[in-house]
Amino acid sequence: MNSAYAVPAVALVVLATVLVGAFGLRISRTTSDFYVASRTVGPRLNAAAISGEYLSAASFLGIAGLVLVQGPDMLWYPVGYTAGYLLLLLFVAAPLRRSGAYTLPDFAEARLASQTVRRLAGAFVVGVGWLYLLPQLQGAGLTLTVLTGAPDWLGGVIVAVVVTVIVGAGGMRSITFVQAFQYWLKLTALLVPALFLIAAWQSDGAPSHAFDEPAAFREQRVVRVDDTLDLRLERPLTVTVDGTVDGRDLDGAETALSAGAHRIDGGTRLTFAGGAEVPAAGRGADDALSPSRAESREERPLYATYGLILATFFGTMGLPHVVVRFYTSPHGVAARRTTVVVLGLIGAFYLLPPVYGALGRLYAPELTLTGDADAAVLLLPGRMIGGTGGDLLGALVAGGAFAAFLSTASGLTMAVAGVLTQDVLPSRGVRHFRLGTVLAMAVPLGASLLVGGLPVADAVGLAFAVSASSFCPLLVLGIWWRRLTPPGAAAGMLVGGGAAFAAVAATMAGYPGTGPWHALLAWPALWSVPLGFLTMILVSLATPGRVPPGTAAVLARFHLPEELRTEVSA
Amino acid sequence: MPQDPTERRVVVTGPPRRALRSSGYYRPRTEIDEQTTLGHTYVRSLMRIQLRTGLTVFAVLALLIGPLPLVFAAAPDARRLEWAVLGFGLYPPLVLLARWYVRRAERNERDFVRLVEDR
Repeated sequence: MNSAYAVPAVALVVLATVLVGAFGLRISRTTSDFYVASRTVGPRLNAAAISGEYLSAASFLGIAGLVLVQGPDMLWYPVGYTAGYLLLLLFVAAPLRRSGAYTLPDFAEARLASQTVRRLAGAFVVGVGWLYLLPQLQGAGLTLTVLTGAPDWLGGVIVAVVVTVIVGAGGMRSITFVQAFQYWLKLTALLVPALFLIAAWQSDGAPSHAFDEPAAFREQRVVRVDDTLDLRLERPLTVTVDGTVDGRDLDGAETALSAGAHRIDGGTRLTFAGGAEVPAAGRGADDALSPSRAESREERPLYATYGLILATFFGTMGLPHVVVRFYTSPHGVAARRTTVVVLGLIGAFYLLPPVYGALGRLYAPELTLTGDADAAVLLLPGRMIGGTGGDLLGALVAGGAFAAFLSTASGLTMAVAGVLTQDVLPSRGVRHFRLGTVLAMAVPLGASLLVGGLPVADAVGLAFAVSASSFCPLLVLGIWWRRLTPPGAAAGMLVGGGAAFAAVAATMAGYPGTGPWHALLAWPALWSVPLGFLTMILVSLATPGRVPPGTAAVLARFHLPEELRTEVSA
Repeated sequence: MPQDPTERRVVVTGPPRRALRSSGYYRPRTEIDEQTTLGHTYVRSLMRIQLRTGLTVFAVLALLIGPLPLVFAAAPDARRLEWAVLGFGLYPPLVLLARWYVRRAERNERDFVRLVEDR
């Protein structure tokens, strides 16, 4: 990868982000401006902003990498990320806007009139937000390392500083402009190179074995293994080895490897013949941006697919940076229409990562082994087109990737800072909001510098599972069920979200290893979402005396069209 | 029959409505504002129909998505089908379902407003 173009491209994206943010700063005056852009954002601008915020590093780089390594099953991720918005539209969008709350804890308090539930919801917002911020910062570091060889921490620090400055200075209004701008930037950065790549693929005779299972090398290819990894072979493989395999030193000898596991030491060169199948790498591959590391370990059971579908479908509505955007719509009807536009924009974007994944299987299958699968999107233009054109397209993709880190990170920082300012810091003024912003970014940045190479990417899957099991029941039951009580809501969030959190944390610690227990814990949504709903319903039914007295009026406010409102409450 | 229909319309629907409103006559809207049992019944009816619309779309989505992993697992050779369906095929139905839902939900609300305002 030639960094001569990539570095200016990344710098340009950062600069443009700051400039567009400064444009918003001139109109950001009051507290309401800060948090919800004074509720004057129209459906199109808001939809582009929501999409720009939502399409994170995992979408931009991670999906293509996962598809490259594991094939089309991984396409459930983008489908789930999109369908999550349909569920949000069906059950949450308009009532949530009409609730008139700034944040999820505000919603909990408005609905249940309970400070305890409010604080609990705030804790979950901060927790989910920080978990989601961590992989964004690490992804930025990884991208900058792949592009320029800069140290790991640098990309994360750049993203953290830029985001803190923009959010702290301009609040939500400027963020709305920045996010909308970055949606179109990301789409362009993926679409234009994709068109060139498809043209290159056509002129190559349009080979289509990318769709076969497993991926195979098209021609003789030398692969350098950087980190020690375990190779699992389905059938015997003949390969030329220059380095150490299974503890044996081999110098350019053609070696027949039997079926089963083999350990390849770091620094080894493997030469595969054309047509050879690409072997599957076990533990040790560094898929830092993949939505979940639990994915890459073994054959996925059907259960895992359903768990993934449930987590992404139900988890989207509870992500703090998604929900906070709906408060910026002027009214409930606009919130609904915004969601439809979002579905279209996100769906259009997600047509592209599979293209990169499929082409990656054709032209860069060895990325599976070298542990750089997430870099497939960045490396393909250089690999397939080459020359200055390839470098320029690669620079465009790199700029888009940075836009992805910046936009998702600023949305999350916004949401976390809002909660910190309102519930943790002593006063709610704009000054304290700035302090909250610094705090919101400092913790995940510190964590990302500390944990370094740990598989923090699981945090994205974890965030979805926790959100689906805690916020989804709170929102859906809070909006549609009259008998929800504060104890029920608190118990449901703690049991559902807590169980999901514990399960994925156990998986990340490598607790059960393999077998059915592993699948149950790695994909908790299938049991933790029903558990959260059930706990919330049963505890609410057991405490019928605790139904808040104003419930009927609150629900009327959630559901009545705006023209029937008598009093507008903030 | 009146000779001038426009004249007649002004006379019948204009001033009397305003008079009704100010005199606190029976109106569903007042019931809702004052949170009477009857008012709650109106809100409940709106919630029920909105929830039914949402659940209908959700059921269609579940029927569309639910069997797919089973189909793909049952036919491991149909890789190209899986690429096509998951990569491209599912997005148009998602957007169409969303559009249909929004149209229905907005119509439900318009009907409700008409019921409440125009007695």
